Amino acid sequence: MYSYILRRLLVAIPTILVLIVLSFALMFAAPGGPFNAERPLPPDVMANIQARYGLDQPYWKQMFDYTWKVVTQFDFGPSFKYRDRSVNDIIAQGFPVTLVYGSWAFVVAVTFGLGLGILAAIRQNTWLDYLAVGVAIGAQVLPGFVLAPILVLVFTYWLDLLPGGGWNGGQWQYVIMPVIALSTGYLASIARIMRSSMLEVMNSGFIRTARAKGLPMRRIIWRHAMKPALLPVLSYLGPAFVGMITGSVVIDVYFSTGGIGQFFVNSAFHRDYSVIMGITILVGVLTILFNLVVDLLYAWIDPKIRY
Amino acid sequence: MQMFPDKTVAEGLTNAAQLADVQGRSLWKDARIRFSRNKAAMISLYVLIGIVLFCVFGGLFTQYEIDTADFTLSGPNAYLGVPSFATGHYFGTDELGRDLFARTVQGTGISMLVGVVGAMVAVIVGTLYGAVSGYFGARTDMLMMRTVDILMSVPYMFVLILMLVIFGRSILMLFIGIGLISWLDMARIARGQTLSIKNKEFVEAAVAIGVRPMTIVVRHIVPNLLGIVVVYSTLLIPGMIITESFISFLGLGVADPNASLGSLIAKGASQMQYGVLWQLLFPLFFFIITLFAFFFVGDGLRDALDPKDR
Repeated sequence: MYSYILRRLLVAIPTILVLIVLSFALMFAAPGGPFNAERPLPPDVMANIQARYGLDQPYWKQMFDYTWKVVTQFDFGPSFKYRDRSVNDIIAQGFPVTLVYGSWAFVVAVTFGLGLGILAAIRQNTWLDYLAVGVAIGAQVLPGFVLAPILVLVFTYWLDLLPGGGWNGGQWQYVIMPVIALSTGYLASIARIMRSSMLEVMNSGFIRTARAKGLPMRRIIWRHAMKPALLPVLSYLGPAFVGMITGSVVIDVYFSTGGIGQFFVNSAFHRDYSVIMGITILVGVLTILFNLVVDLLYAWIDPKIRY
Repeated sequence: MQMFPDKTVAEGLTNAAQLADVQGRSLWKDARIRFSRNKAAMISLYVLIGIVLFCVFGGLFTQYEIDTADFTLSGPNAYLGVPSFATGHYFGTDELGRDLFARTVQGTGISMLVGVVGAMVAVIVGTLYGAVSGYFGARTDMLMMRTVDILMSVPYMFVLILMLVIFGRSILMLFIGIGLISWLDMARIARGQTLSIKNKEFVEAAVAIGVRPMTIVVRHIVPNLLGIVVVYSTLLIPGMIITESFISFLGLGVADPNASLGSLIAKGASQMQYGVLWQLLFPLFFFIITLFAFFFVGDGLRDALDPKDR
């Protein structure tokens, strides 16, 4: 097991390096530097600025310095747009917000998704089942950026119940709609996957044995059916996590919650490369770590996998 | 002892044999029959054809261009741009007084095009990549699939936006960016199928008579992957459309005056507090029915072509 964790970490390191080198190469290939304004700067001022940001160094040295700083000090360098702030400041400001509503969305999607999936499976062909299947199909065509305006239309403009945007220190009224908009699609997918895998498990031999010896339904589901049925859901959690981080960009922009997504898009408009790169790398590392955790959980639950 | 206990059975059998002589049923014909029995899939197919016709010929039914602005209908007068047949603005106008019907026609077209191009790249690159990787196996396979693994763990939406920022926003760049990521899943699926195909007798026979490996992949492996490739690429298109709309919703995709469904939805959503709901609802309607139609057609194809679920 430990050697497996070690091996996975060893694979994760080159992945992160590839990500850094790739985004750095993309950035370097960009036509024009970040300080090419419409009115050109005097040459000596330009030289000073270039030196300040290390842009006068050769390509490989810039890349090496950047990578070294990121890896050893978690330092993503200064922002090109906000001259007095570093990328780290920006991440420190935006990330906690994303983390708060992102975690809520994840918890909501997993608990309600699993619940709905299990209920639909054990009450197959009842209204509950049809509800779950209906939600799953409907949510496929309602990604966050479609759901968010609809929610605001209904709950802010028509019913006047919830604020249509802002964060306000994370008060619950401000968190509800971002969480719903972000989680619904994944809730539906988890419910669909859980339903079909639960149906499959409930029809297998060992469940029939458990029923034959007279175990109560509750115990059969929790003790026997739950664990094997969870496996397909678990392998979906990796992509779901990536999807939610990506989806948070739209949520941030639409609800003006002030998470990293908002900074990411603003930086994209201002060609603030260092912020874009910093956030991209951060998200990449998070993704890789999360996938590692999911794989370890998988190995822990599924006795057939031994490393 | 009687060979046939009942004469009618014997007749039935000979009749059946004659019928079988008249028309054989190929795998594809079988699938077509099964597909045409699926009501949801058939309706969705007609809806899709309707949407394609709408994209291609919709422009003929309006006298307005996508970028001609009628300033008497813009800004504070936007509420006057209601959908009406009298003015010729069937879907109303947007906040700049531009005809929403023309823009929806173009937006739906671009969204469809992005989806189809993405799926085509996936089909061509992904299938070949997966088939080669699966067929050659061993170290080649490991190397090729490791590359896919690494590329998959890259947060592609962020990289795609990074690319759009660096190389400039254009439809071509969107195509390239979406093409770059769309083939990864397909490669995995094609590889898995290839692994189960490559030990079949017909491949062995081809090897035995000395067909070159690449020819085997192209002539014998890939045609046998087609079923799953068709199913998966149909299901891939809505994903591509969502990706494109996502980026355009953020304002980083298709640039004005061109439109895609994502940018139209974003515009409509930003205007809805002024009581001009049609700006949101028309693009949203086309977005939703397009996705629904693709999902149901894909589902129908899977039921028709996937021998596992029969």
